[in-house]
Amino acid sequence: MSQSAAAAIVAAAPSRDRPPAGVVGPVAWLRANLFNSWWSTAVTLLLGYLIIRWGLSFIAWAVLNATWSVPVNELGQPDATICRTASPAGACWAVLGDKWRFILFGSFPYEQQWRPALCVLLFIGLYVVSGMRRFWRRELLLIWVAALTAIGVLMWGGVLGLDYVPQDQWGGLPITLILATFGLAFAFPLSVLVALGRRSTNLPAVKVICVLYVELIRGVPLISLLFMASVMFPLFMPVGMNPDKLLRAQIAFILFAAAYLAEVVRGGLQALPKGQYEAADALGLSYWQKTGLIILPQALRLVIPPLVNTFIGFFKDTSLVLIIGIFDLLTTGRIASSEPAWQGFANEIYLMLGVIYFVFCFAMSKYSRGLEREFSRARNR
Amino acid sequence: MSQAATLSQDAPAIVLDRVNKWYGSMHVLRDVSLTVEARERVVVCGPSGSGKSTMIRCINRLETHQEGRIVVDGTELTDDLRALDTIRREVGMVFQSFNLFPHLTVLENCTLAPIWVRKTPKAEAEDQAMDYLRRVKIPEQAKKYPGQLSGGQQQRVAIARALCMKPKIMLFDEPTSALDPEMIKEVLDTMIELAESGMTMVCVTHEMGFARRVADRVVFMDRGEIVESNSPHEMFENPQTDRLKLFLSQILRGH
Ligand SMILES: Nc1ncnc2c1ncn2[C@@H]1O[C@H](COP(=O)(O)OP(=O)(O)O)[C@@H](O)[C@H]1O
Ligand SMILES: [Mg+2]
Repeated sequence: MSQSAAAAIVAAAPSRDRPPAGVVGPVAWLRANLFNSWWSTAVTLLLGYLIIRWGLSFIAWAVLNATWSVPVNELGQPDATICRTASPAGACWAVLGDKWRFILFGSFPYEQQWRPALCVLLFIGLYVVSGMRRFWRRELLLIWVAALTAIGVLMWGGVLGLDYVPQDQWGGLPITLILATFGLAFAFPLSVLVALGRRSTNLPAVKVICVLYVELIRGVPLISLLFMASVMFPLFMPVGMNPDKLLRAQIAFILFAAAYLAEVVRGGLQALPKGQYEAADALGLSYWQKTGLIILPQALRLVIPPLVNTFIGFFKDTSLVLIIGIFDLLTTGRIASSEPAWQGFANEIYLMLGVIYFVFCFAMSKYSRGLEREFSRARNR
Repeated sequence: MSQAATLSQDAPAIVLDRVNKWYGSMHVLRDVSLTVEARERVVVCGPSGSGKSTMIRCINRLETHQEGRIVVDGTELTDDLRALDTIRREVGMVFQSFNLFPHLTVLENCTLAPIWVRKTPKAEAEDQAMDYLRRVKIPEQAKKYPGQLSGGQQQRVAIARALCMKPKIMLFDEPTSALDPEMIKEVLDTMIELAESGMTMVCVTHEMGFARRVADRVVFMDRGEIVESNSPHEMFENPQTDRLKLFLSQILRGH
């Protein structure tokens, strides 16, 4: 068929190119999804009313009636009286203006706080680089080692002319990121090994150990593991050999996360058809070649959603170290909100914490969905 | 395809000597004895569940046998891992369900084992792979993923993938049973070409046209036993046992 003939057909039958009017478009969408029956219309209107009402009163509280700064009294202390007496009541953002550095960096020496700030940036840079498939090479491991070393140097100091800052003065966001990053970076490979071990057929001892490990750890709340790590563990260690509290919490955290992740990974391993294992065997690939080149790349892709789900859960679970006195982001927020000068403004602080947690978790979730899309496009299945 | 000639001419390629296998208490291979000479083409047929797959999978030890001896290319199959490595390099296998690696391109599917198992340099492995893809007539699909190909194309890639390891022996387990009828021919043509190049082949299939054309010998299995073993002509024109007669009448009716 010549091109002009084809064009003529298209021109003659334009209505076949797109569905009839009234099937697409925002109005049609609204009608199909929100107003398709009397009771769906009623629910839509009711929810719409509640959302708008709540939204308006939130804006009134957070913006219109908010207090942005407070005067300082003769002792140099902020005086939040105007916030307390304000009518109608509004948010007192002055608390964040005064306390944000404490919340973010804890009691790290004030004039040195650029160091933890830089660490946070390094962490974020590390996440971004690790997320780009262009960097998924062996060199990425070196980048991680370099970045984590730099973070260690910045936090501890004591070298390169940086003042030494003992670990009990660290706090806030860097602690949360350290716990989450080291936790997942070690827990994930460990979980893969445990999942593989659990499926091992010719090493029954390994299998038993992996099953016991997963079942024991999963059967215990994280809080009790953290307590054990902070209280019981030192009792078993020889005197003078006492790894610090953060390290102990970190290890408890890794062990806990790995047990959960191992079950997710095992799900992926089980979902792979047996034929994949057989084809790899028949080609003469060794166990580790088969696992690394054929099995894991497919199994892990299959479980990206539950994997990220677990990652997000653990990112937030780092806040449980509150109970063993490690000053993570949630702990510093709590301390800030219980300060006498700022009594009664916890909402503002928790809102800020919520926003920070949300940004990290939402980024993870967005990223995982992008990854899934990319992989499914490559396979075109 | 000259690599098939490297099998020593006098020693048999495959020897199964009174092989027995059980799954739990189910006896699936009963005293199976079979000798395949170098460059010989053997077609295995028999009803479903008769142990054909199990037998062929014992030859490259995807399954282990419990009694008897299996010797492949002069190496006896035991628990020794080195013997296993040797044999897996020399024996290629094509599966009913293709079993291509869906996360790798066609070319990567073909170069993976040569690069990692035979330690062939990447560029050389890719050249070889393209040669074999040309031989199975799909070089233009090299950059695609298996999921983008038709069943017949996938099975031809699977054949090319196995050939890239330069095996001395090729095993086929019902390579056309999962294909739509219009694709069976392209795969059979590839296999015929391979057979004519002198490859030693053991092929489980019910394609009697293929058996007549290329098989030196047809083996009929039933309930875990080799019941008859004969030239294709004798086998189809002059079946000796009632079991084979029944089987032939069934597959002829089915076609
Ligand atoms: N992994 C297995 N576990 C238990 N029984 C099996 C297994 N594989 C095959 N079998 C049984 O062994 C018998 C032979 O199977 P198979 O060799 O696949 O037959 P065929 O390929 O001739 O159809 C069948 O009865 C089948 O149910
Ligand atoms: Mg079978």
